[in-house]
Amino acid sequence: MRRLLTGLVLLLALGGVAQAAIDTYEFASEAERARYRQLTEELRCPKCQNQNIADSDAPIAMDLRAEIYRMLEAGQSNAQIIDYLVARYGDFVLYKPPVSGRTLLLWYGPAAFLAGGFVLLGVIVLRRRKVGAEASTGLSSDEQQRLAQLLEQAPEDNKAP
Amino acid sequence: MRRLILLLPLVIFLGVAVLLYRGLFLDPSELPSALIDKPFPAFSLPAVEGDGLVTQQNLQGKPSLVNVWATWCVACKVEHPVLNKLAAMGVTIHGVNYKDDNAAAQKWLSEFHDPYQLNISDPKGTLGLDLGVYGAPETFFVDPKGIIRHKFVGVIDEAIWREQLAPLYQQMVDEAGQ
Repeated sequence: MRRLLTGLVLLLALGGVAQAAIDTYEFASEAERARYRQLTEELRCPKCQNQNIADSDAPIAMDLRAEIYRMLEAGQSNAQIIDYLVARYGDFVLYKPPVSGRTLLLWYGPAAFLAGGFVLLGVIVLRRRKVGAEASTGLSSDEQQRLAQLLEQAPEDNKAP
Repeated sequence: MRRLILLLPLVIFLGVAVLLYRGLFLDPSELPSALIDKPFPAFSLPAVEGDGLVTQQNLQGKPSLVNVWATWCVACKVEHPVLNKLAAMGVTIHGVNYKDDNAAAQKWLSEFHDPYQLNISDPKGTLGLDLGVYGAPETFFVDPKGIIRHKFVGVIDEAIWREQLAPLYQQMVDEAGQ
């Protein structure tokens, strides 16, 4: 019984690993299969917001898979296939949008924020150091002299409480 | 100067807040079409009724709407009476019967009235693919030179037509009249 259960659990776990949408395409070579995999995982299904066309069961994703397969078989390059889809569906289908004026913030925004943060941190640290060297106690030179005097006198005062 | 730097986090917060607030009212399912201001893709497909091929050249000459529809598309049924009304008003509408059974399409047109001047049969969805169709109904605004000027995804109802689409159509008509 226990063994049966373990087997069942394993089977279910393996089932999860398999691709969600199953098509029966035959490829001439493993390399071509890998390219098909890569393309369908990198391209986004236009109908379903946040699924790639490999995972989606939407009819449009099926059509696009068929189209990608057809183009692969016809010997087209990855760039040609991607351009073909972008010409029809726009940059939306790309999970990796191209670097352009509109996507600059998207691509370099995080790095710019990080750099800005480091600059700010540097400025704060430098300023603190400068202030610390100049006047760590916040006393003027007159006051410091008096403080030194008081400290010298202190042991004698302590003797006579 | 110091004061201004203290205000910086507030300014950044407000900037982000405005950006995100705007995001609340954007419809993520609305894709900007990649075909705006491009010529209608070339095609050569049979008509839904009768013989003969229709090509992209048949769409030229008059400003028109090209409506992508199918009998399996529930929303298209909602839209259909509005298209009938628009056609009666003199708007030129062409249909693309997308991935559909031709007999079912003919039955639909005879039952619910046919608002389309040309009705293109696209059973395999090849024209749909070239048009970047991802869900029917979709409507393309095509000018007399065969350039796609605008695309509307979803059901056209009377309010949408009046407020958003009629001005666009009127603009095409005005341009054609010049």
